[in-house]
Amino acid sequence: MNHVVCIAYVPDTETKIRIGADGKSIDEADVKWIVSPYDEFALEEALKTKEAKGGTVTVVTYGPARADAGLRECLARGADEAVRVASEGTGEIDSLGVATILAGAVKALPHDVVWMGNKGVGTDAQLLVPMVAELLDLPHVSPVMKLEWGDGKITAHREIEGATEVVEAPLPAVIGAQKGLNEPRYASLKGIMAAKKKTIAVKQPADVGYDAAAGAAVSWTKLELPAARGAVKLIPADDPNKAAEELLRLLRDEAKVL
Amino acid sequence: MSNVLVFIEQRDGKIRKASLEALTLGRTLAGKTGGTLAACVAGSGIGGLVPEIAAYGAAKVFVADAPELGAYSCEGYTAALDAAVTAFSPSILLVPATTMGKDVAPRLAARRKAGVLSDVMSLSVEGGRLVATRPVYSGKAQATVTPAAGAALQIATPRPNVFPAAKADAPGAGEAVPVSVAGAKIRAKVVKVEAAAAGELDVAEADKIVSGGRGIKGPENWPVLRALCHELGAALGASRAAVDAGWIDHSHQVGQTGKVVSPTLYVACGISGAIQHLAGMGSSKVIVAINKDPEAPIFKAATYGVVGDLFQIVPAMTEAAKKMKA
Repeated sequence: MNHVVCIAYVPDTETKIRIGADGKSIDEADVKWIVSPYDEFALEEALKTKEAKGGTVTVVTYGPARADAGLRECLARGADEAVRVASEGTGEIDSLGVATILAGAVKALPHDVVWMGNKGVGTDAQLLVPMVAELLDLPHVSPVMKLEWGDGKITAHREIEGATEVVEAPLPAVIGAQKGLNEPRYASLKGIMAAKKKTIAVKQPADVGYDAAAGAAVSWTKLELPAARGAVKLIPADDPNKAAEELLRLLRDEAKVL
Repeated sequence: MSNVLVFIEQRDGKIRKASLEALTLGRTLAGKTGGTLAACVAGSGIGGLVPEIAAYGAAKVFVADAPELGAYSCEGYTAALDAAVTAFSPSILLVPATTMGKDVAPRLAARRKAGVLSDVMSLSVEGGRLVATRPVYSGKAQATVTPAAGAALQIATPRPNVFPAAKADAPGAGEAVPVSVAGAKIRAKVVKVEAAAAGELDVAEADKIVSGGRGIKGPENWPVLRALCHELGAALGASRAAVDAGWIDHSHQVGQTGKVVSPTLYVACGISGAIQHLAGMGSSKVIVAINKDPEAPIFKAATYGVVGDLFQIVPAMTEAAKKMKA
């Protein structure tokens, strides 16, 4: 069974976000980049499945040269091959554009399962899994917390509001990984050494069927930091009962949320 | 003039609140531009929902009523919405940013080669073009976004709990128009739904959240918070530290790698306020912080703060809430 894992190389969740000079993107200076946390669950599940059932794991990303470091990390953990579609010079792009590129890259690779994080932690649009599935004409399930393998099909547990849906889908399929699916492994020293020797295939968007001239379907016109909140109103806690009563009174009469 | 179509999410024949919020927002947008408001609902045996949808101002309701839509499938529900888009040709499509909406909207968008303004916190129409603000980098920044000029179909997914739901002064005609999903490829299918524990509210849908972090010391102490949840009608949330310690299921996690929430009241108990947590709940209307450490970053985000022992303060709040109701 062959696996393709689409990853995103995103600002570390610890990173402080600063607004860039153009006023509509982040200042990338001093940003530490990581493989998006949900993509790690996707990679781990692909690696585990490969170990159990054979096949290959290829990681794919769309991004600038720095994303090679993310791909190498995936190779070090056990992925066999890596492809980067270069983002340099593409200009403005939105989720539909990225989905088009990823779907184009996946099409050229053998794939029984296409894995992704159910969301990134960057632009947070959470659109890619269904978009890539639609563009590949495949079924998808996301966000998946638990997975069972059947004959030519999967049974996936999907988290929804206040319940879990159990979904069956035939393969090939696209799966959006959710936290809880597994515990991602660390790379071994041997894996890190082996990854250094591997070649990352670099493609251009045009190679995978993306027409940059078409432009982005959605544009960012402004990026701002959230408005600062007023100072906290501290309630003396010498007497817990009085503090609690005062707090609830404020929530009811001042904040009007009770 | 912008005709607006709204996707209505129903589960077990009940319309979800987020859909009524989207419908109300759609009515505002259609009203401002002199357009018509329509809705689309998919399921099996759901024709009876039309009057409720009309009460929120829908002039037309596209109903995809078929046995194969009895259980949710992204492909089936997308086919239904796609048929309604073909029949109505809206310039604006609103789909609530629930788990279902975030599944259906991007698949439909890819089918129609349209962009999506995802998980928006504000939405207006300027010169026929949607303009929205949405949290990015898990709420650490806010982006203003707009579809490409001249887009045939503009899609937005409004975040639940942010926009009010209100019935129309004058109900819409609610003309039911059947749409068919015959021939739709439905491959991924829900075979079973396992409900969460009875009475358990989901943080993503909750209007009030009481959340616990490392300060609760262990899973045996959730009842202290649950008692307050019960009195306030709040959902139980948790910080990443509490989830990673194995004290509670990930579905409760609020923050960058959990759920991003916008309740009217968020009570953080024993949560220090790591940047990832603040990113997930910073857009809450009112934040209460209860923590022993006066230096905890959570106090910088809070509206009200109590520096003290949560094991004394929280039970006292539960009692005070009981008294207030009496």
